[in-house]
Amino acid sequence: MKILVAVKRVIDYNVQIRVKEDGSGIVTDNVKMSTNPPDDNAIEEAVKIKESGKATEVVAISVGEEKAQETVRKALAVGADRGILVKAEGTVEPLAVSKILQKIVEKEKPDLVFMGKQAIDDDCNQTGQMLAALLNWPQATFASKIEVKEKSLEVTREIDEGLETIEVNVPAIVTCDLRLNEPRYASLPNIMKAKKKPIEQINASDLGIDTKPRIDQIKVEEPPKRKAGIKVASVEELVQKLKNEAKVI
Amino acid sequence: MSRETMEYDVVIVGGGPSGLSTAIKLKQLDSNLNVCLLEKASEIGAHILSGNVFETRALDELIPNWKELNSPIKTKVSKEKFLFLSKSKSLSWPTWLLPSVQQNHNNYIISLANLCRWLAEQAETLGVEIFPGFPASEILYNEDGSVRGVATQDMGIDKEGNKKDSFEPGIELLGKVTVFAEGCRGHLGKQLIRKFELDKGKDPQQYGIGFKEIWEVDEKNYEEGLVMHTAGWPLDNNTYGGSFMYHAENKQVFLGYVIGLDYKNPHLSPFDEFQRFKTHPAIKKIIEGGKRISYGARALIEGGYQSLPKMFMPGALLIGCDAGTLNMPKIKGSHTAMKSGIIAAETINEHLNFQKDLSTFEEKFKNSWLYDELFKARNVKPSFSWGLILGIIFTGIDQILFRGKLPFTLKHKHADHETLKPANEMPKIEYPKPDNIITFDKTSSVYLTGTNHTDNQPVHLQLKDPNLPISYTLDKFDEPAQRYCPAGVYEIQKENNVNKFVINSQNCIHCKTCDIKEPSQNINWVTPEGGGGPKYGNM
Repeated sequence: MKILVAVKRVIDYNVQIRVKEDGSGIVTDNVKMSTNPPDDNAIEEAVKIKESGKATEVVAISVGEEKAQETVRKALAVGADRGILVKAEGTVEPLAVSKILQKIVEKEKPDLVFMGKQAIDDDCNQTGQMLAALLNWPQATFASKIEVKEKSLEVTREIDEGLETIEVNVPAIVTCDLRLNEPRYASLPNIMKAKKKPIEQINASDLGIDTKPRIDQIKVEEPPKRKAGIKVASVEELVQKLKNEAKVI
Repeated sequence: MSRETMEYDVVIVGGGPSGLSTAIKLKQLDSNLNVCLLEKASEIGAHILSGNVFETRALDELIPNWKELNSPIKTKVSKEKFLFLSKSKSLSWPTWLLPSVQQNHNNYIISLANLCRWLAEQAETLGVEIFPGFPASEILYNEDGSVRGVATQDMGIDKEGNKKDSFEPGIELLGKVTVFAEGCRGHLGKQLIRKFELDKGKDPQQYGIGFKEIWEVDEKNYEEGLVMHTAGWPLDNNTYGGSFMYHAENKQVFLGYVIGLDYKNPHLSPFDEFQRFKTHPAIKKIIEGGKRISYGARALIEGGYQSLPKMFMPGALLIGCDAGTLNMPKIKGSHTAMKSGIIAAETINEHLNFQKDLSTFEEKFKNSWLYDELFKARNVKPSFSWGLILGIIFTGIDQILFRGKLPFTLKHKHADHETLKPANEMPKIEYPKPDNIITFDKTSSVYLTGTNHTDNQPVHLQLKDPNLPISYTLDKFDEPAQRYCPAGVYEIQKENNVNKFVINSQNCIHCKTCDIKEPSQNINWVTPEGGGGPKYGNM
């Protein structure tokens, strides 16, 4: 069994996001970038499945600018066997990413495609679902537990009501939740080895995919600042303020 | 426990200006050398914080064509100001009356973090292996006592010291030579200085704490290339310190404050002094209407020549501010750190290829402009122990008339942890509340640093005696850790009327001030799990 894992390069989750002064986007210069956190869970799960002998190869893929190669390299350092970077400039929307992944799936013929449930930069939560539609494969989203069976997967999903367990036939798409596992650290020797693993570079345009955004971004702005609270001296004052200022009672 | 080992010709600890310069110079001298460099931050530059007005002298020697290589050194200093501040007034000091070491017209306003990122690219192009996210946590020794290399931190250890599922043991990195370039108060450098008595016969090291904020200012207040320094308010005559304000590119202003850690009043809060400083009319008018986008703090070396330890030992070199090569009157340490790194590389090359002893570092250092600079600068900082006014008068005589060649050397008498007076003998200081426009509290400031440490890991701020903060330091000094820490790591909390000393180590921004200033030297800063700490952008 072969597993393709999609990873995205995003601004590190610890970095405080700053909006550009003109509202045209967010500041990315000299900002620490990392792998989208749930994508780390996706890689970890794929590597674990391979280690348990149920998969033979894990291929990591990323779509984006040249530097996204670092994200693929990181996946290689924690156990992926080889990497693919599909180069595309600027914002690549989920539809374009899923079309690219569709092409790669047709070429690579994996049995499973893993990825994070959503990316922490645009919060779209669409790529896995769109890819499932394009390929006409079953999908298991928000996976917090995956059990590999003969020709299917038993997947526990994190849903609002609790946990839902479903079974999907392979080939399938799985999008991973943060609760799925605890991603391992890349060790120094493995980082060294990862430097020697192959990363195939493909241009999105060579796949015949138009990555031009379909959505016009009009403006980016910071959420409004919360006003500081005040301390009241007595219950009377509180009631009076609730009545006359807040007008809620 | 046996750990995996990796062997190199040279292992460098720390990806700042000195360590990166060593790495680059080594590969230039002998491209066959295997060189690796460890960095505790998640990426090169993420733990770097500096003013910074950059003198290119060392870089000109290291990479003469840096201007052609898209280096992040762009904003030339165009104008200089020096102000003496009183509470509401400012007096401009003519720049021609400043000692030449404080004149900056050939220098550049840069982000040192970005310079380090660029130097790392140059080093990697030359074949240096750079490993960010891997703190060197332990020194390894040979049987004969010489340094054998370092071990990286174990990853995946929980609070109680047990292995988590994700446990990944540290690696032993063995070098024919190991170079320690951790920056000011490196935790391994500290051990080496003690073990090899590198500071024997030297004055106690002197430190300062430096704060920096980056502001995006209003167009009308922005003057690209302007360098301004101030002395005076809000500090009293007996506390050493001053501010910097550098107008960098893209309407960004680097605003900072440095306070000598030899201050005496335990009620003093360096963070709040910096915040208060910004309310001075001469400062406020520049940042008003602007936005604070970054915050950070870091200890720096101020001891200079008298306190500089021996920089070589069997199997290893100690360079940059891990030793203490900052030039205090110049308020610059980057070019000197880089030069010490270059000298280290030259020494190591001769050691590995021509069997010369590492002790030849000393001679090379003494024959260099670096030594000359530090020697001439030596009397400035100690003279300020007589107070600001006498310090300035003496510095004028020493630096302008005698150009640092007076026939005597003033001593640093005390280590910084010895200078605090008991709390009940010193005046309390009331600091104004932050207005969240010009001044801020520690919590919202630390938030801007992007600091994070994996929660379930051992506390990396170790107390030698866990009871001492409450049983002694609180009573005698009103536990100054609450105030000297620029990140609010240390708190005294009352639980059922019993005082408790709380360490919020996840907020630590790796400045090392606690390790330096704690009056009983009770706090030991050790490396947390790799990648932890601040994620500074263009600091």
